[in-house]
Amino acid sequence: MGKRMLVIGESREGALRNVTFEAIAAAKQISPDGEVVGVLCGEGDLAEQGNEMIYYGADRVITVSDEKLKTYTSEGYGQAIKAVIDDESPEGIVMGHTAVGKDLTPKLASKLETGLISDVTEVSSEGGNIIFTRPIYSGKAFEKKMITDGIVFATIRPNNIASLDRDDSRTGEVTTKDVDIADLRTIIKDIIRKGSEGVDLSESKVIVAGGRGVKSAEGFEPLEELAEVLGGAVGASRGACDAGYCDYSLQIGQTGKVVTPDLYIAAGISGAIQHLAGMSNSKVIVAINKDPEANIFNVADYGIVGDLFEVVPKLIEEIKQIKVNA
Amino acid sequence: MNIYVLLKRTFDTEEKIAINDGRIEEEGAEFIINPYDEYAVEEAINLRDEHGGEVTVVTIGEEESEKQLRTALAMGADKAVLINTEDDLEDGDQYTTVKILEAFFEDKEADIILAGNVAIDEASGQVGPRLAERLDIPYVTTITSISVDGETVQIERDVEGDVEKVETSLPLLVTCQQGLNEPRYPSLPGIMKAKKKPLEELELDDLDLDEDDVEAKTKTVDIFLPPEKEAGKVLEGEIDDQVKELVSLLRNEAKVL
Repeated sequence: MGKRMLVIGESREGALRNVTFEAIAAAKQISPDGEVVGVLCGEGDLAEQGNEMIYYGADRVITVSDEKLKTYTSEGYGQAIKAVIDDESPEGIVMGHTAVGKDLTPKLASKLETGLISDVTEVSSEGGNIIFTRPIYSGKAFEKKMITDGIVFATIRPNNIASLDRDDSRTGEVTTKDVDIADLRTIIKDIIRKGSEGVDLSESKVIVAGGRGVKSAEGFEPLEELAEVLGGAVGASRGACDAGYCDYSLQIGQTGKVVTPDLYIAAGISGAIQHLAGMSNSKVIVAINKDPEANIFNVADYGIVGDLFEVVPKLIEEIKQIKVNA
Repeated sequence: MNIYVLLKRTFDTEEKIAINDGRIEEEGAEFIINPYDEYAVEEAINLRDEHGGEVTVVTIGEEESEKQLRTALAMGADKAVLINTEDDLEDGDQYTTVKILEAFFEDKEADIILAGNVAIDEASGQVGPRLAERLDIPYVTTITSISVDGETVQIERDVEGDVEKVETSLPLLVTCQQGLNEPRYPSLPGIMKAKKKPLEELELDDLDLDEDDVEAKTKTVDIFLPPEKEAGKVLEGEIDDQVKELVSLLRNEAKVL
């Protein structure tokens, strides 16, 4: 019998984030014959989300519902999940390396006095050990790490470990657990949502990103159209955000989001190291830039030297064409 | 206010990375204050100037880290502490670091501890939240604004681009995100003064710890560079033809369309 694994699910505006399903797949890679137990925190009835975790490979799911868990706080979620850990004594825990994952998992690891391997992009088994690969030095190098003492605890970077296929014939128990959540010392007064309507940037398979070369807020319009045609999301370099062309919620890079889409189209982005740190592990990179010397061409798989305002509209037409013909 | 900053000396990741014998080659590399920790130093100085008190900068590392501590003192911090593990530790992880910091902070009665939200070298982002948990104080990560009024603290934090407004109280640990402030450069008088400011050096023994107490829970088994990417294909010809070729390549070669 393999290890019992706990997967901490995460939802955004009522729906589970894809990285939750990827975390289930990672848990199964860590412990192929083990039991995967999902855990979900929130407010109201979480059974539907629980079932969704089962369709993606969890064996059973425990939900903790409480008014104090309506919005994420490390204290509230920390108490709820610690109570589940105490019940289940898992031998491994996996969660997404998202804003919530980054905030919550170090607290849990510290409570449990265990190791934690963050921001994992690959799980493998070598000589009986579970090995985690993760980027370091702004993505310029990778390290392989293993846990030497205590439970296996990792967060995984979205879009790197493929989730299992959804199978709604799978069944499993979804139970609720009551946890008495003590008063919180940290209160969320307000959340101001910025942009990112619809497609979640860090989980998108296609990203069209603009830089200073976009020149204005209106300049993003063709990029938005291209993203729409490709079913992707729009991102930006820090330069474009600093210049006020778009909101910081779109920023990709060391200080913004780290993304790994299947296709990354960089338009008018020079390719500063801070930007590369956020996207250089994308599977296929296309660069469109007027400057043939731009650093972005060094990481691009395909490049077009030209004016993005000429290239992007033509690209939209060409892709529309093949979609019609398909 | 009794203000502390956790600071890490890091490799400047704008440098070219080379690997020698399974480790990052440090010979001849530039070392800096982790950029996110610079925001922490700056904010600590601002909090002190507004509310009074003292800023102490703490690092764990080797003798060389003194340089980064002196820089923080030159920016305006009052005191520095180097917990020197050179003779005691071969390897450590975030568990190790926090065990040491927990022992250090045991008798410090810190009102606020500021740290970077992530270090650009190992990029785990664990140390701040882990330490707060050990000290049983609240923490708020990736902050972009903070104001303290008595015991009450109002914070704005960056959550994947959204802004979250948080109310909490001292004592507190925060981790700093870009946008919080613009770290100052040390002034010449600042640099002169920094030479005379107190820099205390401690070893594990001084914290009643030995090697076994802080033994890491994880280990690095390999470090490698990403596979050399084949030179990309820069297309040629008329823009119309380039666009057609690109779509065809994305479809048939890269298979992403």
